[in-house]
Amino acid sequence: MSPEVALPIIIPLMTGTLTLLAWRSNILQKILSVVGSIALLISSIWLLTSVKEQGHVVLYMGNWVAPYGITLVADMLSAIMVFLTGMTAVAIAVYSLASASASHERFGYYPLMHLLLAGVAGSFLTGDIFNLYVWFEVMLIASFALLILGGERAQMEGAVKYVTMNLLSSAIFLSAIGLLYGLVGTLNMADIAVKLSEAEHTGLVDVIAVMFMVAFGIKAAAFPLFFWLPASYHTGPVAVSALFAGLLTKVGVYALFRVFSLIFNQSIEFTHQLLIWIAVFTMVTGVLGAAAQFEFRRILSIHIISQIGYILLGLALFTPLALAGGVFFIIHIIIVKTNLFLISGITHRLLGTYELKKLGGIYKSRPFLSILFLVSALSLAGLPPLSGFFAKFILIRAGIEAEAWVATGAALFVGMLTLYSMIKIWSEVFWKSLPDETDSSAINQQMTPSLAILYLPVIILTVLTLLIGLMAQPIYMISEFAAEQLLNPSGYIEAVLGVKP
Amino acid sequence: MKPGTLILHVAARFLVPLQLLFSIFLLLRGHNEPGGGFIAGLVASGAFALYLFTFGAVMTRDLMRIDPRNIIGIGLFLAMASIFPAWIQGEPFFTAQWWPVMLPGGNEIKLSTPLLFDIGVYLTVFGSVMMMFVTLTETEERV
Repeated sequence: MSPEVALPIIIPLMTGTLTLLAWRSNILQKILSVVGSIALLISSIWLLTSVKEQGHVVLYMGNWVAPYGITLVADMLSAIMVFLTGMTAVAIAVYSLASASASHERFGYYPLMHLLLAGVAGSFLTGDIFNLYVWFEVMLIASFALLILGGERAQMEGAVKYVTMNLLSSAIFLSAIGLLYGLVGTLNMADIAVKLSEAEHTGLVDVIAVMFMVAFGIKAAAFPLFFWLPASYHTGPVAVSALFAGLLTKVGVYALFRVFSLIFNQSIEFTHQLLIWIAVFTMVTGVLGAAAQFEFRRILSIHIISQIGYILLGLALFTPLALAGGVFFIIHIIIVKTNLFLISGITHRLLGTYELKKLGGIYKSRPFLSILFLVSALSLAGLPPLSGFFAKFILIRAGIEAEAWVATGAALFVGMLTLYSMIKIWSEVFWKSLPDETDSSAINQQMTPSLAILYLPVIILTVLTLLIGLMAQPIYMISEFAAEQLLNPSGYIEAVLGVKP
Repeated sequence: MKPGTLILHVAARFLVPLQLLFSIFLLLRGHNEPGGGFIAGLVASGAFALYLFTFGAVMTRDLMRIDPRNIIGIGLFLAMASIFPAWIQGEPFFTAQWWPVMLPGGNEIKLSTPLLFDIGVYLTVFGSVMMMFVTLTETEERV
């Protein structure tokens, strides 16, 4: 009995329920939300340490043993993802104290946020492919409601695209599960892996694999079906944007990592070759799209896509080093991306706009905030000694070792263009002097408590970025451990089914 | 919305309690036979919807006494609460716990965590449907 596997799902569900019960009092909701997120973080640290000791931690819900009941499984990758979820949750919960408007809070901002977190944690921990679908839907419902809080025109437009594409993805996902179940007669992922390796490898398996790739690819905003992301992510409240940017697409990426290492590992020369090209195009289109944008949050949103490409490259190369690089990249990107969105929220608070043309002069009045941004932005671009440098370094080295020249070249080229986009934000928002027509009354305001609350998570996340860069070795060890487990699915199968495959 | 006709008025007074009783019946029979919290919650909200169409949103709110949002919250809370008794016993979450109670007269009632979960689902479904109905009706009545 290891409760730590289920607690990261139960805690946010419980927090969501309690905040719903406390809907009359915004203050009580805020307190519950912060306490709940901290509890989530603590439980995720517990999970991380026990996974480090035991390798795999398994819990059979309701005591129905695999493959019949729903099994929760945590390997290193899941544990890392859940830990990052906990960290983002705390950052967003604290930031929301000052950024969420009272009307949003009355319309269920906190219950929805924690429901979303439960969905994210559930997706990371479940060992059942249909259960994964259910968690995806939980996430979709919560994220849709969060996205349209406020009900402005642009939000509706973005949300419609978001929901349409995600429903399409869910439909494909569900059909793929149906076909797979018809083939092997089980839904437990470990059991599927065993049955599929025993079954004769036919063309149908590849078809199902590609269906999963398309379904998760849409969720992860991979090429070519990514356009819902830049249409919707920048429209919601800024804390919501940051939460989505940090976690949601990574759930799709996680699902790809899980399914294409555990289940579809028979015809790597087909599936993973396909993934390499997807990764390359995702990287390039994302970064080129960002170069053409002139709105703070839009640039950041489109950049998510190109970063997804890097992570996918790690999976596609499918060597120990590449997978470790992919996991390292996920750790780095979740922290940095969330942080950049939170910073964009602070500049919005100061100057009331996200348009690069109207922004300016932040460095002069807020040098400290500018440094915080610069650290995250340069880390995203991959400058040493920040976290992004090591993430990209590992991936590119893996690319060279695997002799995937096109992909490696693309990764280097995209890194350079990322730097261009970040420098563009830097020079427009922070460096250039403030345009005359912009209302500058708020920029020189004193440090109010609400502004300090906005700063707090940003400072913590920036320090974390620095720490990952300066102490890359332990993070790399964990990533390597995760990669090792992904490459040897027999450990996972044995932990779930209790027999050697 | 136009208030209901005489026939609807009279019928609603009889049908609403009957339908509520039926929903409780469905809820309790649900563990081993067709029924359960979800369908029972829908039947119960059907009863209140009939009342809503007959007497309007204000009277329905009076009749319910508790805000639908709180009903959802309580329902979710009960369903969540059914997770934990197994933990105290040292078993994985959600493992069903049974507490049979002997009634005078030789009948036995099986109290259990699945029942608690079902009651939670019942209230959540009932609360959600009523929230939609009442909100929609109120919007229309304002216009």
